[in-house]
This record gives sequence, structure tokens and C-alpha cells, in this order.
Amino acid sequence: MSPLDLLVATPLGFMLAALAFGGQGRWLILVASPLMMSLAVWLVFLPPDAAHVVGGWDLPLGILLRGDGVARVFVLGAALCAALVGLQALYEFSPQSGGPSARNRGFWPLFYLMWAGANAGFLTTDLFNLYVALEMVSLAGVGLSALGSLQAALRYFLFALMGSLAYLLGVALLFANYGTVDITLLARTAEADAATLMALAVMTGGLLVKSALFPLHGWLPPAHAAAPAPASALLSAIVVKLGFVILMRLWFEAFATLAAPIAVGLLGALGAAAVIYGSIQAMRQRQLKALVAYSTVAQVGYLFVAFPLVAAAPSAAWSGMTLHAVAHMLAKAAMFLAAGLMLKAAPGRDIADLVGLARVMPVTVTAFALAAISLMGLPPSGGFAAKFMLLDAALDQGAYIYAAVLLGGGLMAAVYLFRPIAVAFSGAHGRAVALKAPLAAVAPLALAMCAIALGFFGVAFAELAAIGAPWAQGDAIGGVP
Amino acid sequence: MLVEGGHVFAVTGAVLAGLGFYSFLVKRHPIRQLLAANVVGAGVFLMLGGLGRSPGGADPFAQALVITGIVIAVALSALGAAMVVRLAACGDKDEAPLGEKREGP
Repeated sequence: MSPLDLLVATPLGFMLAALAFGGQGRWLILVASPLMMSLAVWLVFLPPDAAHVVGGWDLPLGILLRGDGVARVFVLGAALCAALVGLQALYEFSPQSGGPSARNRGFWPLFYLMWAGANAGFLTTDLFNLYVALEMVSLAGVGLSALGSLQAALRYFLFALMGSLAYLLGVALLFANYGTVDITLLARTAEADAATLMALAVMTGGLLVKSALFPLHGWLPPAHAAAPAPASALLSAIVVKLGFVILMRLWFEAFATLAAPIAVGLLGALGAAAVIYGSIQAMRQRQLKALVAYSTVAQVGYLFVAFPLVAAAPSAAWSGMTLHAVAHMLAKAAMFLAAGLMLKAAPGRDIADLVGLARVMPVTVTAFALAAISLMGLPPSGGFAAKFMLLDAALDQGAYIYAAVLLGGGLMAAVYLFRPIAVAFSGAHGRAVALKAPLAAVAPLALAMCAIALGFFGVAFAELAAIGAPWAQGDAIGGVP
Repeated sequence: MLVEGGHVFAVTGAVLAGLGFYSFLVKRHPIRQLLAANVVGAGVFLMLGGLGRSPGGADPFAQALVITGIVIAVALSALGAAMVVRLAACGDKDEAPLGEKREGP
């Protein structure tokens, strides 16, 4: 046994247990959260070449799990998010919450399925295993968003299905061409022929749908805004990131030598468009959760603005890109949880309904504001450290347009995020009613503080993310024959 | 011959995938889109199987991939169909949380 397969197997076990225990299954999170957190921390402290073949089958039929730097930071970030979101969900989906009982029970198996799929996706570098992980996470994601709006979930489902099939088409082309679908092996043999480039194009297209990059983001705002708060938090924090991690592995590990500047530049341009479009849309929203959902569209844009920067100078921008992804995970999960609590107390769903909320629930509004600080990229926060690294790389390379987008995006984030905060602090006599559960604000506050604290550990984070990074000297890590 | 060996399957698969993708973009009804996605899936599996044929016979690794893929596609199609049915039962109302039992067809 190794933490690598336990990280995938444990949540699957909890999924089955949650199904078996039905209504009482929700208490399992009290065991699952500390257990998964300790597994993730164990992973972080494994020796740098940690790898494990599940069940001892020979490759390529066996499943190889590897703990490289990217896997470590994303597994740890996802564990923090899921553990705390799970504790919040214990309150949100309790029988006293007044929601339908099938919804209260249905959340938990989906939650654990998503966790297992995300960990599997972060830990494997086999393109077909990544397809399976992607489908696990999409299946759970569709289920989670169906807890809110079935119509939005169906739309998400159809988009996600086509995205996976496009990805699988690319896997088929690569397999026919090279006889392998392992990223490490592909990195050694890949050539820039028509089949490879076509495979890379269709896979990228499919994964961009999954990670909701503008203009393929259409399914995201309705699905994320309508879902219950813990489900929205997981969708924005973790589900969207898996597609991004696979894209990172494709463009910078498998095909780093083939990535043409034009293609990487196109991704960067789409990212910049996403930052601008998402921010403008977020400014225009009247409902709080729709604002937070459009903020995800904008924040995903930054991850792709980093693509051309990483392609030009990997060592500088790599840590900025991964740090931004993890900081967004923590901050956005905190923000969705806080927004969910604020809307429970407020008389309506609009931002205008938040009047006077800062007096009624100061801790929750503080959590929202701290998460906003990280999303805007104000110091000292994980979002700031990430943007600083990216900005530094952009200025070094003379990529002034991307630098302007990074700065302008932060400014626009400040504009749309200050709006709900300003309303919450205004007015002494709002119609908001305090919740009877003061402990409910602990999870969003803890997540937001983690996002802030990340700013103080930028260097340690960068070292962790660089373990076995593709641009580092020597061959990729792991015992790949 | 225009195409030889296993490539006749791969070319058929490519045509199916193209037809399915076109149909997915053109049709608006969710059932038709679900069917279109299934046609794309069939095309992709045919390509995977057809291109994975070596002169000595079928490649077991490619077969393992196709079988896994088909299982996933079946499960997802069932989920999609169930969602379409539930949505139709709820009428055009949005915000139809799962678990609120309504009279279905």
C-alpha cells in the first residue's frame, strides 16, 4: 500500500459507505476529512521519485500513479478544500436544513466520487486513465449541479460529454500513432506530424470545454450559480481545475517540444479575453452567486494567460501558474461557502439584499472579504504571490499586453468584489436575520485564511511544485520503464 | 483499394464522429444531442479499435481501452436520458431539485 493508491481508494470506499449508510452517511465526513488530509500531507513528504503501480500489473495494462510536484500541490489543495467544504456540507445538508431528504443524502456519494476522481486525475500521467478520471469528476460534477438546477445540469452534461469524446478522439489518434498513451513516453517520441497536431488540437478543444475557458464557458455560470453552496464550491474549486491540469500535462510535459508559439499564444489570448469578459459579466450581475460564478470564468482566464509565459520561460512562470490555481481553489471555495451563508440570512438572492449583513454575521462577511483579497491579488495573499510571479515573468519577457491584462484583471476584480462587500457593510437596519448556527462560518473562514496564508509560503510552494517539473533538468520522475 | 486492412473501420469511425459532431451542433433538442454524442462515441471507439489492429490480429490493449470507454459511454447515456426524462416530467420549470418526487410519465 502507498498513499498514492490510498488517496484514490479511500474516497471510493467512503462513497460506498455513504451509499450504504443512507441518512446517517453524512457523519462519515468527520472521519474522512482528517484521514484524507493526513494522506495528502504524507504525499507531500514522500521522496521526490514516488511512484506506484496499482495492483502490481505490468504496464501498459497496470495503472501508474506518480507523485510529482503538480500532483502534490493539487492533491493537497483539493484535500484542504474538500475537507472543509465537507464539514460545511454536514451543516448544509443536515435533516434540519429543510431541504429535500434525497438531496441531503445524494450529495455525499457524489462528493466522495468527485474527490476520488480528482485525486486519480492529479496523480496519473496516462492519457487514458486521465480520461477515466475526467469522466468520474464530470459525472460527479453533473450530479452536484443537478442538486440545484436540472436544466443547467443537463446543459453542463451535454457539453462535458462532447468535451470528453473530443479528448478521447485525441487519445485514439495518439495511440494509433505511437502505440502508447503515457505522457512520459510520448514526451520522448513525439513528432510534429499531422496526426499528433490534430490529436493535440481536439484534446485541447475538449479540455477547454471542461475547464470553461472563454468562449466555451457557457455552461458554467448557470450550473455553478444554481447549485447549493457546498456543491458550487467544489465545482468551481476542483472540477474546473482537473481539465486545466491535464492541459498543463499535455502542453508542457508530453508535447513541450511541439507547442508552437502561435498555438500557445492563442490560448493566452483566449485567457486574456476570458479575464476581460468574465470580469465585465461579473460586474453586470445582480445576483450574488452569479457574480461569484462569473468571477470563476475570469480567474480561469489567468491560468491560460500563464500558458505563453510558461512556454517562453518555464522555470519563472510555472510556480506562478500552479500557485494561482491552488489559491483560486481555496479562495473560491471560501467565497461560495460564505456567499451561501450570506444568502441564507439575506431576504433575497440579489446583491442589494445584503444590506446590513456585516452587523448580523460579521465572521461570514469577513471570510468573504478575505477570499476577495486573494482573488483580487492584494498582498499578502496567495493570489498576490501568484500574480506577482506571473507579472514578473511577463515583464521579463517583454510581454506587456499580458502584464496589462494581469493588472487590469485585478483592478476589475476589485470593482466587482467590492460591490457586495460595500452593500453588506452599508445600512444599519437591513432585513437580514442571523443564522442559528454560528459554527457554520468556520469552514469559509478557514479556507479564506488558507488562501491568505499561501502568500507567506510562496517559496516553499514553488519548490514543491517544481518537483519533477518537465522543464527541470533530467528526465521526468517515476519508475517508468 | 482506397483503404486497406483495419483502416476501413477507422475511416468509417471518422465519418461517424464527424456526422455526430455536426448533428450535436445543429440540433437543439437534448435527446437529439444525446444521440449525436452517442454517434460520436461509436465513431471514436471504431477508430480506436480499427487503428489498434496490428497485422497479427487485434491489439489487446486497444480492446481494453474500447471496452472501458463503452462502459463509460453507456453509463453516461443512461444518466443523460434519465435527466432528460426528469426534466420533461418537471415541465419547463427551472430549479427542479433532484429528489422532489413528481408524477413522471
